[in-house]
Amino acid sequence: MPETQERQVVEIGYGGSERLVMNMGPQHPSAHGVFRAILTLEGETVVAVDAVIGYLHRCHEKLAETLTYVQYPSIASKTDYVSAMTAELAYVASVEKVGKIDVPRRAQYLRVLAAELQRIASHCLWLGTWCMDMGGALGGGATVFLYAIRERELILDLFEALTGARLLYGFHQVGGVRYDLPAGWTARCRQTVAHIEGRLAEYEAMLEDNAFFLARTQGVGVISRELALDVGVCGPIARGSGVNYDVRRAEPYSSYQDFDVAVPVQTAGDCFARYRVRMAEFRESIRLVRLVLDGLPEGAISSRPGVKSVGQVRIAKGEGYTRIEGARGEVGCYLVADGGAKPYRLKWRGASFSNLAVLPHIIPGHKVADVVAIMGSVDPVFGEVDR
Amino acid sequence: MARAGLADPATIMPPFLQHAITGFIVLNVVIGLVTYVTLLERKFAARMQSRIGPYYVGWPHGWLQPIADALKLMMKEDIVPTAADRWVYNLAPIAFLVPCVLIFATIPFAPGLGVADLNIGVLFFLAVSSLEIVGLFMGGWGSNNKYALLSAMRAVNQIISYDLPFVFAALVPVVLAGSLQMSAIVEAQTGLLGWYVFYPVLGQLAFVAFLVATLAAENRVPFDILEAESELVAGFRVEYSGMKFALIQLGEYAHMIGTSFLGALLFLGGWLGPGSEQWPLLGAVWFLLKAMLVFLVVTWVRWSFVRIRVDQILAISWKLLLPATLLLLMTTALVVALQGARAV
Repeated sequence: MPETQERQVVEIGYGGSERLVMNMGPQHPSAHGVFRAILTLEGETVVAVDAVIGYLHRCHEKLAETLTYVQYPSIASKTDYVSAMTAELAYVASVEKVGKIDVPRRAQYLRVLAAELQRIASHCLWLGTWCMDMGGALGGGATVFLYAIRERELILDLFEALTGARLLYGFHQVGGVRYDLPAGWTARCRQTVAHIEGRLAEYEAMLEDNAFFLARTQGVGVISRELALDVGVCGPIARGSGVNYDVRRAEPYSSYQDFDVAVPVQTAGDCFARYRVRMAEFRESIRLVRLVLDGLPEGAISSRPGVKSVGQVRIAKGEGYTRIEGARGEVGCYLVADGGAKPYRLKWRGASFSNLAVLPHIIPGHKVADVVAIMGSVDPVFGEVDR
Repeated sequence: MARAGLADPATIMPPFLQHAITGFIVLNVVIGLVTYVTLLERKFAARMQSRIGPYYVGWPHGWLQPIADALKLMMKEDIVPTAADRWVYNLAPIAFLVPCVLIFATIPFAPGLGVADLNIGVLFFLAVSSLEIVGLFMGGWGSNNKYALLSAMRAVNQIISYDLPFVFAALVPVVLAGSLQMSAIVEAQTGLLGWYVFYPVLGQLAFVAFLVATLAAENRVPFDILEAESELVAGFRVEYSGMKFALIQLGEYAHMIGTSFLGALLFLGGWLGPGSEQWPLLGAVWFLLKAMLVFLVVTWVRWSFVRIRVDQILAISWKLLLPATLLLLMTTALVVALQGARAV
């Protein structure tokens, strides 16, 4: 990244050719968490971005070595805390793959249900915070934010009825899931997704007919297909640049092979393309939720139900990498097991970590205002980045 | 004042004292109005966002919320950054507030009810309201903060670019009425369809241009790059706290209300309305309602749109709004001249 090396620190001045180094974050309303972007500005144009992360490092990988396979799934949700179900799924799926543990079909379907509902909730938050970044906490952006959060709350209510928690669930356990659907939940779930589908049409109309929104997002932050593949971005960002890849289709896990997952792809690579990909993913997730509810089999919800001791799950020596499609892209765990109740080593692959790597390539040349628009469209969650 | 039904003060006190007292009363009314307009905006925005707004303080409608906010700001610690340019930093809120409140001096709230109904009223208003940019830039520079400086630079760009279309749009009713005196402009709009907003084509276009230019001159979303909370974290105000911040807020909202009053006066007929001939105070009430209408339209736009980038804002101003309002003004002048020629 040669651009970030040539950074001259000068005193405050505005002469057009003098460069101003401005620090954005880690405490900043649009940092999406704690993110420090050291911007080098020439007037209003950003010429270099130095991204500094690590402000949310909480030693997840070390924690995993000190906690057993029974204890850690509740902690795993704190990596991608906005999309907690998929984060937990990444961990338990890797343990089950290394330990060759079977998961009953009902549990697999419930996992798909949770993951897709979580994807909808995560995208609601993305839409709200992105519009708020672009429109101001005191302005039209806040309006979209409050509408999107209102929809997200409906899904969080469903999760609260299911697991007892609104944000960090502890729903998954090695061998299956921990809770079964309460009475009346299925009907409520269908109502909720139908309601959200109607609201989606409203949001699309509200945003896409708005010339200001289009002016802020079209042509901004273009990631070319080559750059996307070189840097290794994943998820909706890659799909917005024409990379037709989705882990749910490429390497189906947890009974995704029973559902024909349609993968939305856009080729423009700008913020608007990523927006369109995520809006299409909303609809795809709603369709998958309905399919799962229609075809939910009866049976056990876990092959190892109940917790009698925290050390009850022991995985024989082995190692392997398992990945899933989180709301932000490919989330993976590389697990090295040594026969005990705790892993020997766990490595998290966070989707946002790879996605953030593209920022120093695409931001230079844009204005300061575009920095927040681009960051919002990349949608990082710093629990995943810093772990 | 005589037409308002009150005793003629000229008989009982020297003119200087009369103007001072009127000015004092108007200033206090304006400050009270501005304080409660913040509550109006918060309630309006809340209802747009499916929520209630201030509720508990002054239950059940949050009537005491503005008082609570004012008390809080007065009690806050006054922080001056160590590296700030002290004189500039401390003077900036005052330099910002004074023009914003001074514009109310020329607005007649009812026939004869106003501080000074100058015969160059509109010119005075537009000129003085442009002075706020000085206070704004002082605040941005004196804070010794890169965010504030960036915001101040954007402010200079934006407000200078939009003051011109603002002036030209405001001049259309002046040309139609043939006078810069505010009360004369209102008198020229008698009759329900005499309001300049109903003037075929020219009036509507001028009103729309006036609203857009107001949004930009007031730093309201979609033109609020100045304070862009999500980028510049309160812009030029970022280092201000306590009473200085209160002064800046007061100035902003006072300017906002002032331009709403101007819009109501120029385009919506000022104090004209049913019953305003017999009871001038009722005219003042109509005037207030119309100004609130303009304010609410601007607020409605504010809470509906995302903001646009500074280069897009400047492009809209210089490439679209300025030529359009210039053309509009020239057309209006031509129309008025032709009407005058025909009348002769």
